[in-house]
Amino acid sequence: MWRYLAPLAAFLVLAGFLYVGLGLNPREVPSPLVDKPAPAFELAKLAQPDQTFSRDDMKGKVWMLNVWASWCTACREEHPLLVDIARQGTVPIVGLNYKDKPEAAKQWLAQWGDPYKLSVQDPVGRTGIEYGVYGVPETFVIDKNGVIRFKQIGPITPKVWQEKMLPLIRQLEQA
Amino acid sequence: MIPEIGHFALILALLIALLQGVLPIVGAARGIGPWMDLARPAAKAQAMFVTLAFGCLMWSFYVSDFSVQNVASNSNSLLPWYYKLSATWGSHEGSILLWTLMLAWWTSLVAFFSRHLPREMVARVIGTLGLVSAGFILFTLTTSDPFDRLFPAAPEGRDLNPLLQDPGMIFHPPMLYMGYVGFAVPFAFAIAALMGGRLDAAWARWTRPWTTMAWVFLTLGIALGSWWAYYELGWGGWWFWDPVENASFMPWLTGTALVHSLAVTEKRGSFKTWTVLLAIITFSMSLLGTFLVRSGVLTSVHAFATDPERGVFILGFLIFVIGSSLLLFAWRAPKVGLGGKFANVSRESMLLMNNVLLVVAMGAVFLGTMYPLFLDAIAGTKISVGPPYFDAVFAPLMAPLVFLMGVGPLSRWKEAKIPDLATRLRWAAVVAVVTAVLVPVVLGRWSWIVSGGLLLAFWIVASAVVNVREHIRNVRGSLLTRLASQPRAFWGMNLAHLGVAIFIIGVTLVKGYETERDVRMAVGDVVSVGGFTFKFEGVQEVQGPNYVAARGTFDVSKNGRFIEKLYPEKRSYLSNRAMPMTEAAIDSSIIGDIYVSLGEPVGGDAWTVRAYYKPFVTWIWWGCVAMALGGLVALSDRRYRFARRREASAAKAAVTA
Repeated sequence: MWRYLAPLAAFLVLAGFLYVGLGLNPREVPSPLVDKPAPAFELAKLAQPDQTFSRDDMKGKVWMLNVWASWCTACREEHPLLVDIARQGTVPIVGLNYKDKPEAAKQWLAQWGDPYKLSVQDPVGRTGIEYGVYGVPETFVIDKNGVIRFKQIGPITPKVWQEKMLPLIRQLEQA
Repeated sequence: MIPEIGHFALILALLIALLQGVLPIVGAARGIGPWMDLARPAAKAQAMFVTLAFGCLMWSFYVSDFSVQNVASNSNSLLPWYYKLSATWGSHEGSILLWTLMLAWWTSLVAFFSRHLPREMVARVIGTLGLVSAGFILFTLTTSDPFDRLFPAAPEGRDLNPLLQDPGMIFHPPMLYMGYVGFAVPFAFAIAALMGGRLDAAWARWTRPWTTMAWVFLTLGIALGSWWAYYELGWGGWWFWDPVENASFMPWLTGTALVHSLAVTEKRGSFKTWTVLLAIITFSMSLLGTFLVRSGVLTSVHAFATDPERGVFILGFLIFVIGSSLLLFAWRAPKVGLGGKFANVSRESMLLMNNVLLVVAMGAVFLGTMYPLFLDAIAGTKISVGPPYFDAVFAPLMAPLVFLMGVGPLSRWKEAKIPDLATRLRWAAVVAVVTAVLVPVVLGRWSWIVSGGLLLAFWIVASAVVNVREHIRNVRGSLLTRLASQPRAFWGMNLAHLGVAIFIIGVTLVKGYETERDVRMAVGDVVSVGGFTFKFEGVQEVQGPNYVAARGTFDVSKNGRFIEKLYPEKRSYLSNRAMPMTEAAIDSSIIGDIYVSLGEPVGGDAWTVRAYYKPFVTWIWWGCVAMALGGLVALSDRRYRFARRREASAAKAAVTA
């Protein structure tokens, strides 16, 4: 009788692992950029293409860099959360409009709401490469000294926001 | 309106599935005839409503109804009509509905082709399938509703992932799912046998054709997926040991083991508990594959927006189905008994080895696929397991399996003698060794790997020839009548084994002799690969229905003689310009493929170009086709038809008496 129970026992162990696995994120690859200075950039603003904006304009502030594009479906998923964060004024969000067309991007913001302090254009994705972007959306939390402190790959979920990003931002602002 | 009809049809299907899952099983336990007889009509009605629901979703895709969320995120009005239709299963929601549809169809096939089975058996089999189906419909309705509306409707759809806009992707998912889901039928037969305590040769004979059928579909489905990866991803590889591929390969390995162990149970009454366990494991692997692909526990191409809620649901369902089956197994299997005895050297023992090797191979793939997850759960370390592990583990397991493939079919049941086998097979061995040593010399470069691979392939062929000769030796008449005297099951087996040989030849020769060049080419540049010369003539812009492409032109010549022009493309789809797609240009022939794909523009008129010569690469897929054909030939064996007629009349006699 007991040896016939072995398959069941083996399966239950496996099920335990699978349950734990559900809570883990396979894509949470530790980014080599975390705790390193954010790569410098100076890019044209989306709204005023004749003006540029650079990383150093945010010196002394805790801020988020959100990589987005009008062609990205997953961005639409996290968008309401960003709009919410912007409305509460928790932290300034700078948008990096990645490999996109300005008209499409502006129209997208008009349709779904603009949570960004401003967006900059990265039409060929050069700045994206320097930030190690391999999927849109991605979000970086950058501290007052311009050091990347957190990187979210994929949409920000309410859980990640509440449990990881918001506490981190509060803590960084006090420093 | 149409999506609402679909949604409603799915709810009705759920209710019918619950009815189908409960009443016939209870009826069989209590001996209530009318409840048992409910199984067949319920199965057919459920299939009708699931088909209606699927049809409604397909219609919404066909007319580009962007007020349906699923259509808006996975289709586009510019898509050609056939991709609009295949976009139905391009998303998570749609593919789960496709799963349910396939299950409903398999169940109704059981309902139609089970006249010869005892009433209780039919009730239990269809009832078990009904419970599985109810779980999946519930999953669809609660966490992955494909009919969700979008208010306001989107003006235009987000488009189908360009990678999936390909003829291979129209057929690959349905084929694969037919196989995956088809293993639910042997699973249900196993559960029914455990419930009723009837586990005998007749049970194995009823289960066998269903298992073979599912196996045929799965083989073709995997082959199609591999072929698609080869020509669409533009790297020239044909198997990547990606978790999603592994998820389909694991049920194939245990399914193959099941096909063989069922043969023993049918012919000799042995391996009964093992066969039942294998049937449960195989379907569990299908379910586990669905879980792995759909929950996002493992990184895969399909998983950017995963929903933990879905994962929890599938896991709960997995625990219910697999856990209760294994519990039932632990409870009932000890009473089954062992069946016919056999000696250490016999066809049974060789098939047992076959099963052990296949299951161990499955375990190796399983470990490699799950190890990153295990390690992350225990130690919090992130790693990934790649092809080097799988290649290293897999080949040593397959070599003895192939050796047995030659010996097994010639061995006698119950007891075989090694000296006798050695005498009968010595010529086959000599022929295999000699050709394996000589052929690489003829092909130009000798290596151990090529020679070893060819040895395995020629061994299969030579021993099959010996087997056929022995079988027809005592039959009189012309060669044709002598060949025709053998049952189809015999030919099916040999054809499938020959398929393995063809497959091994393809893999070995590609690995041994392929030449690959990744080069930067400006207009007029020439590169030479595997004896062929490629001249880059430049790139033109061409317009497709929903994309623009840069189309390169290459002149291919050999020894100064012009052969052909090849036109690889780099396509940029209107909906997703950030993700250009590679369309390799392939000149395919039986002795090898000439393969050119465009990489990136690198300034001026120069491009990075991949030029490959892949000798005998198509043999890999033709081998799979031969395996599948072998399964079909075996299925057409007349003894299934006769047995069914005999049992049907016996059942009728029992009713009248």
